[in-house]
Amino acid sequence: MTTFDFSTTLGSAWFPTPIFTASGCASSGKELSQFFDLKDIGAVVTKSVMSKPRHGRPTPRMAETPSGMLNSIGLQGPGIDSFLANDLPWLIEQKSRVIVSIAGETVEEYATLARRIRSVSGISAVEVNISCPNVENRGLVFACDPDASRRVVDGVRKTIGGELPIIVKLSPDVTNLPEIAAGVVDVGADALALINTVLGMVINLDTMRPHLGGKTGGLSGPAIRPVAVRAIYQVHAALPKVPILGMGGVSSGRDALELILAGASGVSIGTASFGNPTALMQVQHELKELLVARGFTSLSAAVGFAHREEM
Amino acid sequence: MAYSRMVKVLMSTINRSASQFIASVVSNKRVGQYHQLILQVGEIVTFCKPGNFIAIKVGGESSRMILRRAFAISRTSQSSSFGGTIELIVAPFGSGSSWLCSQPEGSELDVVTPLGTAFGIPTEPVKALLVGGGYGSAPLFGLAEVLKLRGCKVDMLLGASTGGKIYAPMEGKRSANSLRIYTEDGSMGEKGRVTDPIWALVQDNAVDVIYSCGPMPMLAAISKLVEGTDIVHQCAVEESMACGVGVCMTCVLPVANDQGQVSMLRSCIDGPVMDGSLVQWDLVGQVPEVHQ
Repeated sequence: MTTFDFSTTLGSAWFPTPIFTASGCASSGKELSQFFDLKDIGAVVTKSVMSKPRHGRPTPRMAETPSGMLNSIGLQGPGIDSFLANDLPWLIEQKSRVIVSIAGETVEEYATLARRIRSVSGISAVEVNISCPNVENRGLVFACDPDASRRVVDGVRKTIGGELPIIVKLSPDVTNLPEIAAGVVDVGADALALINTVLGMVINLDTMRPHLGGKTGGLSGPAIRPVAVRAIYQVHAALPKVPILGMGGVSSGRDALELILAGASGVSIGTASFGNPTALMQVQHELKELLVARGFTSLSAAVGFAHREEM
Repeated sequence: MAYSRMVKVLMSTINRSASQFIASVVSNKRVGQYHQLILQVGEIVTFCKPGNFIAIKVGGESSRMILRRAFAISRTSQSSSFGGTIELIVAPFGSGSSWLCSQPEGSELDVVTPLGTAFGIPTEPVKALLVGGGYGSAPLFGLAEVLKLRGCKVDMLLGASTGGKIYAPMEGKRSANSLRIYTEDGSMGEKGRVTDPIWALVQDNAVDVIYSCGPMPMLAAISKLVEGTDIVHQCAVEESMACGVGVCMTCVLPVANDQGQVSMLRSCIDGPVMDGSLVQWDLVGQVPEVHQ
């Protein structure tokens, strides 16, 4: 038990545990810090930050669905200036490891954001969120277009240099996910974050119109877990050397183990924190026990274990 | 003013007193169309202020409901037999609240509390008007007790569409100097809306502070009535929430700051108690930048 190695790596970044927050589901950490110590998890993945402050989409922004929820926040946030001046220093002060998630409307905006954070110390990695479904025009989701995905990541890589690991967050709402994944790895992604929410809609039966202010929203929660497991399994099979930060409906250690066996090197907890502010601690504890009970001596030995050949 | 400063102090620290723990149901009684639940919360009770809310996990282990349900804490008490307890008034309208109302005495609930901002309590005796719509009246009774202890004059107006939806327990009535009830169908109290008498009270200089809790259109109407007066309007807003602890950004409202700049504030962290004069009622459901 004492010799069990729970640590993980995403590119050159090392983390003592494989449990992370999911971008957009922990704001910038302050709110959850009342419930557990942020330095006890792998890292805080911050809410995707854009160049300018942003109000996001109109309300209603949320609809609970069977074993899940739809959200249409639209990347509300303080903008990069305020983030670097307030949120990031606070996280570093807590001795939390930090993965900064960035989002842009153009290829240039991603590069600009990369330039802003490349020289800031205390950041473990950058997550390039090219798959937020809650933008004005669905056609703008870079992750649905292999060419646009490559251009964004290429711009970030060239701007940021070779040191800070880049994790690219992809959408499951595509025809050929391994192709898009291979494309961004080709231009410099060190790791992949799988999956973002699945695009959905709820119609309000009183108004008989789409319930959400933004009409469509991202589906998250246990309802999408099999989609995440499939996406991780497919991409790990195609790119076995590329680390994957897995996420999608994980709310227990068993769920996290499923993603790890499919090929994830780390697991982010998102929507589960909404229903249970200590979900990260619970999942982390349960996952460790499950791995030890199955005879693994390290987390890394379990990564992709579902792909092993039949004996 | 002292009380508006106090609200700001509470807003500056996030979830400061909140804990997640198991609370047991001490009693569950039907009161008209509502259920009165008493939960045993131990020492946490000392942190629970009028206006704060509780987020409760509903549906049991295999539930398909993944989100907590938020309820205003209506009253708190300390007793020798149960220690600290809080009272909730729950309307069993949705599947989550119906599940909660079906929990018998002795049931254990996974709760997170106290959450959100509290009503600011004036340091000096003032003339307070408490306005409640539907079961939004529940937290006002606990507030009335606190205000009375500070020497405030407490007048209460309660309204609903029909008499069955008025929540006004006998013991609660004693905590107010006066209580008037309004129903839209005239089945209880006076026929009309709870906002009808407010303008006259304002004209008579009978009000320093309005505390309100109820449907958003009611809160908006009160804000409009007191616009341009010196009356402070503290309202407890109601927006659908996913997390209740400030991480999800779903429960936002357009609210102005002192400089008039509008931003989308979370009603779980910067609320539920907000300064009614700062909430941009006309922009609720829209994005502020479009209209500036």
